Amino acid sequence: MINSKYFLQGILASKKFDSPAIALGASFVAIGALLKNLGFTIQESIFSTLLTYALPGSLVMAESMLIGASLVNIFLAVWLVNSRLYPMTVSIMPLLKHESQPKWKYYLSCHFVAVSSWLILKSNYEEIERKYRIDFWIGIGTATWLVAIASTIIGYYASDFLNRDMIIALAIINPIYFMCAMIGVMKTVQLTSAILLGALLGPIFYFVSPEWSVLIGGLVAGTISYFIGEKYGN
Amino acid sequence: MAINIVLAILVTSLATYLSRFLGAFTAEKISEKSKIYRWFNCLAYSTLAALISRILIFPSGDLSEVNYNLRIIVILLSILIFYVTKRNLVYPTVLSAIILAALNSFVV
Repeated sequence: MINSKYFLQGILASKKFDSPAIALGASFVAIGALLKNLGFTIQESIFSTLLTYALPGSLVMAESMLIGASLVNIFLAVWLVNSRLYPMTVSIMPLLKHESQPKWKYYLSCHFVAVSSWLILKSNYEEIERKYRIDFWIGIGTATWLVAIASTIIGYYASDFLNRDMIIALAIINPIYFMCAMIGVMKTVQLTSAILLGALLGPIFYFVSPEWSVLIGGLVAGTISYFIGEKYGN
Repeated sequence: MAINIVLAILVTSLATYLSRFLGAFTAEKISEKSKIYRWFNCLAYSTLAALISRILIFPSGDLSEVNYNLRIIVILLSILIFYVTKRNLVYPTVLSAIILAALNSFVV
């Protein structure tokens, strides 16, 4: 069903020295601590990471619950902040496609799409035989997912020992890691302009609409950089 | 905290899975060599870059307690460390947390 050799290779790709799993772990420790302070039980915290496995979404849920938002409001707010997963999924699934593989693998494993797993796949997929890329991806997803769940548990129990400065320090790890990872992939004209314009337009659109800034900034920056890349070559 | 936690978790995970599911569905008809794929790839990178810079410049939650200038110093130092260590991802990440904690305790 799932080729164990490639599955294992995916797991191993996630535990390299400079793997995004480090940043992922640090940020889910912070989430574990936050959920505990919100009054979640340990089971509910695990359940949350298990089912959602997307950091900004969990943060939005926590913030919405604090202000007593309705379920409909939570749904809309989470959907908005996590809709970045849509272009991310579209940009990796074609790399994993093979006609011999069943569709359920794609629809189940899309749950693993998150920044860390996405980056690991993007930097490793070319070395993997096309037919087994989906199994490799399921390996990456399983590994990063388990890191997130384990870190949530650690954060939940460690929250009593973490002071304010430590929580704040944990919170900077994730964006700094991904900022450096993004600078690291700026290798073509198209990607360089996509990343630089996105980083510029995201905060600029914040002045127009804080909720929509990431999506609109991303859409405008991505489209401009697509045309720049097509014109000036990759 | 009037609403049920389990329900909130379910709603959050449904809202999240929706984008992933639609992504997998859309991708069924897209080849990695097509123009539309390259466009989606640009959208994915620029949306991520927009999200990361939004979090660093206009943070919500814990990071918003940190002084704006401190955040800028940490961002610039991290980029510098990234290049000095020949594009290593671990050093800037770990050092950013230590630098921020140290600077923050000096300022407060």
